[in-house]
Amino acid sequence: MRSLEVENLTVSVEGKTILNNLSLNLPKGEVHAIMGPNGSGKSTLAKALAGHEHYTVSSGAVLMDGENLLDLEVDQRARAGLFMAFQYPVEIPGVSIANFIRAALKARQGEEDSFDALAYYRRLYAEMDRLGIDRKFTGRSVNEGFSGGEKKRCEILQMAMLEPKYCVLDETDSGLDIDALKIVAAGVNHMRGEDRGILVITHYQRLLNHIVPDYVHVIVDGRIVKSGDKSLAVEVEERGYDWIKEEMAAGV
Amino acid sequence: MKNENAIDIDREKGNFHYDTTYEFDAGIGLNERVVNYIADVKEEDDWVRAFRLKALDIFKGKPLPTHWATKDLENIHFDKFRYYLSKGQQPSRTWDEVPDDVKETFERLGIPEQERAFLAGVEAQFDSEAAYSRMKEDLAKDGVIFVGSTEGLKRHPEIFRKFFAKVIPVADNKFSALNSAVFSGGSFIYVPPGVKVKQPLQAYFRINAESFGQFERTLIIADEGAEVTYMEGCTAPKFETTTLHSAVVELVALKGAKIQYITVQNWSSNVFNLVTKRARAEEEAEVKWIDCNIGSRLTMKYPGVILKGRRARGEVLSIALAGDGQHQDTGAKMIHAADETTSNIIAKSISVGEGRSTYRGQVHIPRRLRGCRNNTECDALLINANSRTDTYPAITVRGNHNSVQHEASVSKVSAEQIFYLMQRGMSEGEAMSLAVNGFVNDLVKQFPMEYSVELKRLIDLEMEGSVG
Repeated sequence: MRSLEVENLTVSVEGKTILNNLSLNLPKGEVHAIMGPNGSGKSTLAKALAGHEHYTVSSGAVLMDGENLLDLEVDQRARAGLFMAFQYPVEIPGVSIANFIRAALKARQGEEDSFDALAYYRRLYAEMDRLGIDRKFTGRSVNEGFSGGEKKRCEILQMAMLEPKYCVLDETDSGLDIDALKIVAAGVNHMRGEDRGILVITHYQRLLNHIVPDYVHVIVDGRIVKSGDKSLAVEVEERGYDWIKEEMAAGV
Repeated sequence: MKNENAIDIDREKGNFHYDTTYEFDAGIGLNERVVNYIADVKEEDDWVRAFRLKALDIFKGKPLPTHWATKDLENIHFDKFRYYLSKGQQPSRTWDEVPDDVKETFERLGIPEQERAFLAGVEAQFDSEAAYSRMKEDLAKDGVIFVGSTEGLKRHPEIFRKFFAKVIPVADNKFSALNSAVFSGGSFIYVPPGVKVKQPLQAYFRINAESFGQFERTLIIADEGAEVTYMEGCTAPKFETTTLHSAVVELVALKGAKIQYITVQNWSSNVFNLVTKRARAEEEAEVKWIDCNIGSRLTMKYPGVILKGRRARGEVLSIALAGDGQHQDTGAKMIHAADETTSNIIAKSISVGEGRSTYRGQVHIPRRLRGCRNNTECDALLINANSRTDTYPAITVRGNHNSVQHEASVSKVSAEQIFYLMQRGMSEGEAMSLAVNGFVNDLVKQFPMEYSVELKRLIDLEMEGSVG
C-alpha cells in the first residue's frame, strides 16, 4: 500500500504506442532512477502518471498507496500527493511565484480553512534560502525570463512547499551547469524520507552522483529492460545502451 | 482572508430585487410629455427644460451609429422603457431615513459597510434619484460639494451651469443627446482650489425596476491644484426584458488638478450600457480613468481626455471581460490640444465562451503641436475557441515633433499552462482564474486595494463557468 505501483502500463500518443506493458514499483522511502536513450519513453511515463491529456492509457494500472490514479483528473492526482517536476517548466505571465505556490497550497485546503500568510512566507523564504533562490523571486512571474537553472530550482521549490508523497523529476538535470546541478540535487536529497518516494528520470548518470538512487531502471522501447543498483547507472554511462539492447535481442 | 469578505460583491449578489412603489413615474415611452414631466417633478428652471427639449429633438434626429457599431443597438426599443421612477428627489443624510426596501437593497450590496470602512462620501442612487447622499463633515468645511445632480442644479446653479455639457456637447452622439433629454441623478462634485480629498468619494448606481432606463449625469470639477478620486459601482437584477443605462460623465480638471475616476461595472446581462465619459485637462492637470467592465449585454464606452493645457496628462486603464452573450465594446480617446501633453492607454480584454470584446481607440495629435507623447497598449486574451476580439485603433499624429507608440497583442491561455497549474493541484477553473488574473495583474496593481480584490473575485466567478 505504501508505494506507487505501475502495472503493465501501455500508453500511446496520437495512436503510436510509446510505453509497452511497463511495470515499476516505487515504495515510500526510496529513490528510483529511470535511465534510457532518447525516445525510449521516459518523459511519456512522467506525463502519463501526471495525467496529461495527450497521453492515452490503453491498458494497465497505476496505484498510489492503493488508490487507482488513472481514475483521477490531473489536479486530483496532484492533490492526492503526486508531483511532477517539469522538464520544460511553463511560463505563467503576471502570476508571481508567491501567489502561484499559495494558490497551489490553498487548492489543498478546505473552504473553511484559514491561510496563515505569515507562516507561509516564513516557510517560503526558508526553502528559497536553502535552494539559493533570491527572495526577490517571490514577486517574479512564474518562469518568465528565468534561466534554465532558475526554472529547475523553482520546480524544486514548489516540490518542497507542496510536500508531495511521490515526486517524479522529469530530466531535471537537463540544461543545468554543475553548480546548479549540485544545488538542485541537494534540494532533492533534503526531501528524501520515509514518507516519500522519488522517481528521477534522467538521460545522464551525472545527476545520480549527487542524488544516489536505491535502484536504477533502464527503459528501452517503452519497457523496463534492466534494473539494478547504482552501479548499473555507471555501467550505462561507460558502455552506452547498445549492450543492453543486444542482451535483449539475445533473450538474456 | 477576512478583509475580502467586507466587499463580497459578486455577479449574483446584485441579482435580487424588492417590489417598490414609486411616488413619481413618467410612464412608458419617450416624448415631450415625459421630458416635461421630469422637468416638472424636479421643478427645474426654464433653461434646463429648454435644454432637455432641445436634446430630445437632437436625439430623435440622430441615427443609431450602426455604420460602425454593432447592429444589436437596433434591439433597443426606446418606446418600451420607463424613463423616470423615484420615491422623491430629496436624498437622506442618514441610512436610517432611507426607505426600508431601498435601504435593504444597499445593505445587501454592502454600501454602508464600505462607507464606514474607507470612503469620504457616498451617494447611492436607486433608479432615477439618489436615495442617500452624505459626505464627511470636514470636507464640507473645506468647501467640497458632493451631491446628486438634481440637488447640484438647485443649490449650485452658478457652478453647475458654467461647466455643464461643455466637455460633452448634447449632440456629441445619440446617447449623449438621450441622456441630456432625460438625465436624472448622478453626482455633482466641486473641489475648491488646493483641496486634496484623501479618501475616495463613491457613487453606487442601482437599477431596481424592470424595463427601466437609468440616465445619470455626473459632473466633477477639480479647481486649480485640487485632487479627488471618485469610484462608481453599478448593479441591476437579471430581468427577462432589457434595461438601458446611458450616462454622461464630464470631468473638468483645472490647472494642476488631479482627478481619478474608477468604475467597476457589474451590470446584469440584460443591460445595454451606453455611456459617454470625457474629461478636460487644463495646464499640468492630470486625469486618470480606470474602467472595468464585467457585466452587461452590450457596453459601449470610450473614456476620453481632452488635453487642453500645456503638460496636461491623460490616462485610461481599461479592463473588459466579455462572457457568453456579452459584447464589451470599449476603448479610449485622447485628444491632444496643447504642447507637451502626454497620454497613456492600456486596455486589456478577456473574451470567454462566445463573448466578444472590441477595442476602439482614438488618439489625435495635430500638426501644430510639439512634444506630445502617446503610448497605447491593447492586449486581448481569448479563453475558448469561439471567443472573439477585434481591435480598431485610430491614431492620427501629424508633424514630426510628437511621438506615439502602439502595441497590440492577442493571446490564449494555453493547454500547457492549464496542465502545469493543474499538476500543482488547482482545479481547471482555478487554473483559468489564476492565468486570467495574471493577464490583468499589472493593471490591477494600480487600483485601490478594495477594488482590486473585488475585481479578482469577479474574474474568479466568471472563469468558474468558462471551463467544462
